[in-house]
Amino acid sequence: MDLSLIIMQLLSGIALGAVLVITALGLTIVFGMLGVVNFAHGALFMIGAYAGLYLASLTGSFWWGLLLAPVLIGAIGMLIEFVLIRRLYGRSIDDPLLLTFGLSYILVEGVRIVFGSDGIPFPTPPQLVGVLDLGIGFFPRYRLFVIALVAVVLLVLWLTLEKTRVGLIVRAGARDPTIMQVLGVDIGRVWLAIFGLGVGLAALGGVLAGPMRSVNPEMGSLVLAEAFVVTVIGGLGSIVGAVVAGLMVGISISLVALFAPEMATIVMFGLMAVVLLIRPEGLFGVKGRTA
Amino acid sequence: MPKSGSTSKITRRTALAGLSAGAALLAMPRIGRAADETVRIGFPTPLTGPFAAEARDQVKCAELAVKLVNDKGGIGGRKVELLVRDDKLNAGEAATRTLELIEKDKVHAVVGALSSAVQLAVNEVTRARGVIYVSISQSDTINEAKDFSKYTFHEALNPHMTTAAVARQTLKKGMKVAHLVADYAYGHEMLRGFKRAQATIGADTVGEILHPFGAADYSTFMPRLMSLRPDVLCISNFGRDQANAIKQAVDFGVKQQMKIVVPVILHNQRLAVGPDVFEGVVGGSNYFWGLETQSKSAASFNTAFKAANGGAIPTDYGAYGYSGVGSLLAAMQAAGGTETDKVVDALEKLQYDITKGPQHYRKCDHQSVQSVLVLESKKKSAMANDNDLFAILANDAGSDELLRSCSELGHAT
Repeated sequence: MDLSLIIMQLLSGIALGAVLVITALGLTIVFGMLGVVNFAHGALFMIGAYAGLYLASLTGSFWWGLLLAPVLIGAIGMLIEFVLIRRLYGRSIDDPLLLTFGLSYILVEGVRIVFGSDGIPFPTPPQLVGVLDLGIGFFPRYRLFVIALVAVVLLVLWLTLEKTRVGLIVRAGARDPTIMQVLGVDIGRVWLAIFGLGVGLAALGGVLAGPMRSVNPEMGSLVLAEAFVVTVIGGLGSIVGAVVAGLMVGISISLVALFAPEMATIVMFGLMAVVLLIRPEGLFGVKGRTA
Repeated sequence: MPKSGSTSKITRRTALAGLSAGAALLAMPRIGRAADETVRIGFPTPLTGPFAAEARDQVKCAELAVKLVNDKGGIGGRKVELLVRDDKLNAGEAATRTLELIEKDKVHAVVGALSSAVQLAVNEVTRARGVIYVSISQSDTINEAKDFSKYTFHEALNPHMTTAAVARQTLKKGMKVAHLVADYAYGHEMLRGFKRAQATIGADTVGEILHPFGAADYSTFMPRLMSLRPDVLCISNFGRDQANAIKQAVDFGVKQQMKIVVPVILHNQRLAVGPDVFEGVVGGSNYFWGLETQSKSAASFNTAFKAANGGAIPTDYGAYGYSGVGSLLAAMQAAGGTETDKVVDALEKLQYDITKGPQHYRKCDHQSVQSVLVLESKKKSAMANDNDLFAILANDAGSDELLRSCSELGHAT
């Protein structure tokens, strides 16, 4: 087993982890700020892929699809928050969970009715077709692009949350919504934006995953499970946790695939079990908020 | 998830209730049925779930087979009725539905099932009640002596036949072969078939990678597969796993280095990922509409299907629905009715040719001896129309040679 193979394997792990990070991030932000466990996250990931595909074929360019689909689906997410989720704030955590669980069924069935239950081809954008010679092996250009794009999105997100006034309000809102209201901040609007952001990230994950997989109505269910595993490992509500855990899961899957391929899926659940035993609140989680 | 847990509990309870009711019914003498009664065929198939598209094609084709017989006056004047049930790709659900079909709807025979686990469940129920079952699942475990009964028939191709035909077309002596295999019954059966064929041809295995069933990402297997430097990569998995695995192999530039070969090339998956991804991939198949230039039966099957379905063409899995129900009805016609023992006899003697050439059920294990097509996915520019997906590389005539021997399956010879 030579070093170049292991490096290639690490790289596929990072590419795999990048999509996990984006999807888990949406889930963890919504939980951290709103206390809502969004079970429709996987379905919205899938809707994102379909929307990206639809918008790309409408405009004739993948790039418009990549840009517009998260915005459009994020807006739909805001509508969902405004019409449905909003009524359930302050009630037990099970209520929004059940609501979004039901919503995911409606979304999946809706896509089956409109686009059919067969998969639809999602072509790789022509600029990114093929492989790049890295000297030690070949790696798909598209996957390298995904890694780079996710890095940029993370940077923008971090700068917004840490360095801007909006970010300050959001972070304060997560700590103590009552004080925020007393200070005259319309917390409802903050929550609306946060839910929209979470859903938009799910949709972005879906568009990014589209050219790597076949697009079909059930593509979100596995992603939802993976995203939950990542958020639990990273700590529910923790953004840094989602990033670290997402990459950790991607790389573990990839390295295990090299030595014991049939164990590749189980490894992430093993990792989760170990983390839960040692640190029940997750790697970067807050004590008292256990999974 | 909590929901699926509670559903399966109910199913299990219903199944138990059904089982005891079934035992009580068996104790009673069978009451003779009136001669003018309809002939009822039960048809469990996964209408919901990942194979819904294949299931719908199967239903359309099965309905066509029934319609053609009814148009000609039915079986001895009796109309034929098809009772379609959704097995949800779940063995427990399939057993319950089959039991209902037999006990409540009083079907005369059952045709159907797509996955290997569902096929086994349906076969358990039908053989315990002495009802004929024609399976159209590509796994053939029910043909082995331990699960077989005289009521068990297998119309679909089996892993041994497809891998033998595909290997003969694509492998040569001295070639290096790598395997990417789904880690469950279907994948293991295909791998066994390929390795057997390799042994005869003299092609070496340089690596085997088992992947979890239903995986969405195959990228982590690609660097290793590339480093093995094989001439041929055999990908033995089914449904969306096939589409995803081939797509990602192509993304990694696998096709520039080696040939991709699959045991069964799937019509709907080729549609799902497009021509560029599948271009040059070779695989086995039971049916392709393009066979019509070589086979009169295929031409008339296509014509009948198009007429009934607004010009659409029948798919590979659809054809199983047609030949499964078609062969059963032909045997009922020969037997002059639905009396089980007579129909079993008639099926064993039947020579039929309804989709692609001569077929018959082998006496010892009731496997349908039939031709196997080897197809190659066409380049986009070479496609004459949207349905022109594949080129036919070979049409291997059916013979016992393609099957495992009766004694190998545990049958007395």
